[in-house]
Amino acid sequence: MQITVTVNDSDYTREVEARLLLIHFLRDELRLTGSHWGCDTSNCGACVVWLDDTPVKSCTVLAAMADGRRVFTVEGLERDGALDPVQQGFAECHGLQCGFCTPGMMLTSRWLLNHNPHPSATQIREALSGQICRCTGYENIVRSVLWASKHPAAGPAPADDQDTGPADGVST
Amino acid sequence: MSAAGSHSMNGAYGPVKRKEDGRFIRGKGTFVDDIQLPGMLHGAILRSPLAHARIVSIDTTAAEAHPKVRAVISGQTLADRKLAWMPTLSQDVQAVLATDKVRFQGQEVAFIVAEDRYSARDALELINVEYEPLPVVIDAKKALDPGAPVIRDDLAGKHDNHIFDWAAGDRVATDAVFAAADVVVTQDMLYPRSHPAPLETCGTVADMDAVTGKLTIWSTTQAPHAHRTLYALVAGLPEHKIRIVSPDIGGGFGNKVAIYPGYLCAVVGSIVTGRPVKWVEDRSENLMSTSFARDYHMHGEIAATRDGRILGLRAMVLADHGAFNGSAQPTKFPAGFFHIFTGSYDLQAAYCEVTGVYTNKAPGGVAYACSFRVTEAVYLVERLVDVLALELGVDPADLRMNNLLRPEQFPYTTPTGWEYDSGDYPRTLQVALDIAGYADLRREQAEKRERGELMGIGISFFTEGVGAGPRKHMDILGLGMADGADLRVHPTGKAVLGISVQTQGQGHETTFAQIVAQELGMSPDDIEVVHGDTDRTPFGLGTYGSRSTPVSGAAAAVVARKVRERARIVAAAMLEASAGDLEWDNGKWQVRGDPEQGKTIAEIAMAAHSSLELPEGVEGHLSAETVYNPPSLTHPYGAYICVADVDAGTGQVSLRRFIAVDDCGVRINPMIVEGQVHGGLADGVGMALMQVIAFDEDGNCLGGSFMDYLLPTSMECPSWELGETVTPCPHHPIGAKGVGESATVGSPPAVVNAVVDALKPYGVRHADMPLTPANVWCAIQGHPQRTDLAIT
Repeated sequence: MQITVTVNDSDYTREVEARLLLIHFLRDELRLTGSHWGCDTSNCGACVVWLDDTPVKSCTVLAAMADGRRVFTVEGLERDGALDPVQQGFAECHGLQCGFCTPGMMLTSRWLLNHNPHPSATQIREALSGQICRCTGYENIVRSVLWASKHPAAGPAPADDQDTGPADGVST
Repeated sequence: MSAAGSHSMNGAYGPVKRKEDGRFIRGKGTFVDDIQLPGMLHGAILRSPLAHARIVSIDTTAAEAHPKVRAVISGQTLADRKLAWMPTLSQDVQAVLATDKVRFQGQEVAFIVAEDRYSARDALELINVEYEPLPVVIDAKKALDPGAPVIRDDLAGKHDNHIFDWAAGDRVATDAVFAAADVVVTQDMLYPRSHPAPLETCGTVADMDAVTGKLTIWSTTQAPHAHRTLYALVAGLPEHKIRIVSPDIGGGFGNKVAIYPGYLCAVVGSIVTGRPVKWVEDRSENLMSTSFARDYHMHGEIAATRDGRILGLRAMVLADHGAFNGSAQPTKFPAGFFHIFTGSYDLQAAYCEVTGVYTNKAPGGVAYACSFRVTEAVYLVERLVDVLALELGVDPADLRMNNLLRPEQFPYTTPTGWEYDSGDYPRTLQVALDIAGYADLRREQAEKRERGELMGIGISFFTEGVGAGPRKHMDILGLGMADGADLRVHPTGKAVLGISVQTQGQGHETTFAQIVAQELGMSPDDIEVVHGDTDRTPFGLGTYGSRSTPVSGAAAAVVARKVRERARIVAAAMLEASAGDLEWDNGKWQVRGDPEQGKTIAEIAMAAHSSLELPEGVEGHLSAETVYNPPSLTHPYGAYICVADVDAGTGQVSLRRFIAVDDCGVRINPMIVEGQVHGGLADGVGMALMQVIAFDEDGNCLGGSFMDYLLPTSMECPSWELGETVTPCPHHPIGAKGVGESATVGSPPAVVNAVVDALKPYGVRHADMPLTPANVWCAIQGHPQRTDLAIT
């Protein structure tokens, strides 16, 4: 079957098998390998991407279900050479080690911050509770998201390093 | 010439941000499954649904007829090439693809190579295997029963399931200490089978170039050089025609040390088809067939005086190694470093015996950040000390403090022969107690007990031996455990360091650059660390057992110092002085007392590549290589305190606080060290509370997916509270010790001690991991159950 999916603002039309999983469509067909596959059972969250505006586990979504819809992946976080504050936060706070869970963690974190610009540590833990990291013990991931919440306008462009200010409009 | 960066010399050690992160936060890492080569085919493995069965027949006709299948490889295909069996890392053999019997559920039976990964899986359904089921051995305690089914009848003359007996310590002296002791306490305990479960499963891309005969293998391996040698030995391929690339690795934890059947099948698939073949296992395959951890049934005994002086330890262990003895540890030590079980205490005598047995379970045994079984040893002694404290009616913190080795006793030789390098144990324990506010916690606990609430405080104190290892004692399959390093400084003063160890998230690209930067007065930004590619790096045994910093880190420091000495000779020529008159100060070689004319490494590098007339003793350019043979192990240690609340109605455990004070000697990058500790603590919490690979009576694996094998999430992990003390390692060039596994080793007994302490009002003395609500509830009821078996 033919599907057209908008991934990170670009349209892709492909002939796919009906059974093709979204994670394999992204990784094998579009060569967007930043999203990872980790468990098959929606437990680990290494495959988290956004479908329209909601994080989903793309190992249990068919590519066909994304037909006509928007998908947002880790490759779309950096805009015009400017890192998303979440990306910066993970690097600043040692929020990653092997880097395998990181894309999924960042995409859920970005969604959280868009809906709750100043989450508490507990709220961050709850938001990420459907995803597994085997390296960091989570503490530095929480710190990374907190960092991003405090640096909404951070970026390699002239950085406004203020701890206050609106958080909307920083991404997508 | 600019000496930019050299001013950071004294700051080269410190919380430098990781070089690796730039690619990972952009989704631009390169993991094995990200590799896509032109014409690449995909492999899939048919696995046994039964734990023990004779293979009557395998019919691959229908699979071969599948339009997208390019090859079907069976055990017979491999047997024709003498590849049906491969050596394990413990002098055993393991079936690559089964030819006679299957010996555990999930064992590899056949391999399909197809045009895409979905078709390969489809074709597995078309293979028809007829099995004749055999009785299984699942309970290790019954493996040596007379009449038990013999699992390894492939081994000539094998009539039982016995693998090895091994002992350490002085039995007679220990017996005498026990006979004379006021108090002897015994406790049986199980360290259940768990699995490292790195988030990236194991996989490989094999590409045999039929024209050049060069085999390139991109593989999830923690030990690329050792793998290359093993491939050469197993497959008879010339070693110089094998290139192993270990690209970005999504966590290892010991799961990626062994060579798995899938790797070899992909190699054979590429040879047979003439095209690259990718094989990546799924999560169930990873959990059910690759290296597990632990599975130690332990009987421990501790002897003490009535006033709380610990005198001796005895342990009898039954080690379940699964269907093939595939555990990985230095050859001399079939039970790994378990005999470090005297822990951190000053004892008169100790003795342990370990018996290894085969069962119908997946092979492995040494994995999951266990420091070659130090994990099991630390758990045993730290549980025993708490049981003794309960028996004596003393505070477990006091009991430990009164029995810890004293600083003046180092270097200290233990009753089982380990030589601990350095430590100030009482200070480290005190730091942990202070952070915890121990006295206040005990007061709070007493108040809660008055109200019927269950709160527990658990302490553990651990000593590890890491950085294997000294070549007179340690090898893996005959390969000495040394690591090479080479360092080249380019004319403009930028350097490339090649190391033999591999990173699975430990941040070597950053830390090792810091080591060289510190030695040469450079900026870490100016040093590129190359690793994970056997064509581009010197030989060495790889990353496991917390050995990167103790061994390869030492190699990096030594090779940098060699470069610095060569630079001295060049600098002397540049300064028209005698090399003996130069001193290294603030990142420069200078004539003593004349810092103005000092030469940086960058300036010297350019001169060494220039037309400068070369002085005697140097050949030009600026580079060096070394091989580091560790003189001894390093012995990191730490004191951990866990505070747990238990719901008496449900058995649910909540960890409120976790305090971890580690001493790993000099910290090159404290940020990375703390990250390593954080991750290990989560592992320990997982093993203590959630993780177990259990089996039913037919040998079905009950932990075959993340829906059954529960891993800790952000909700189970508390916010870690870390502290540190620094006692440099006296024999390591920069005073560092390994730390990668410390927290995984040290944290499980702290958690279990806390939970058992919480259950004290119920008279509970011990409960086996994992302390799930059900297992805690059973303990409260006074009816603890086997946690590793679902057998009624």
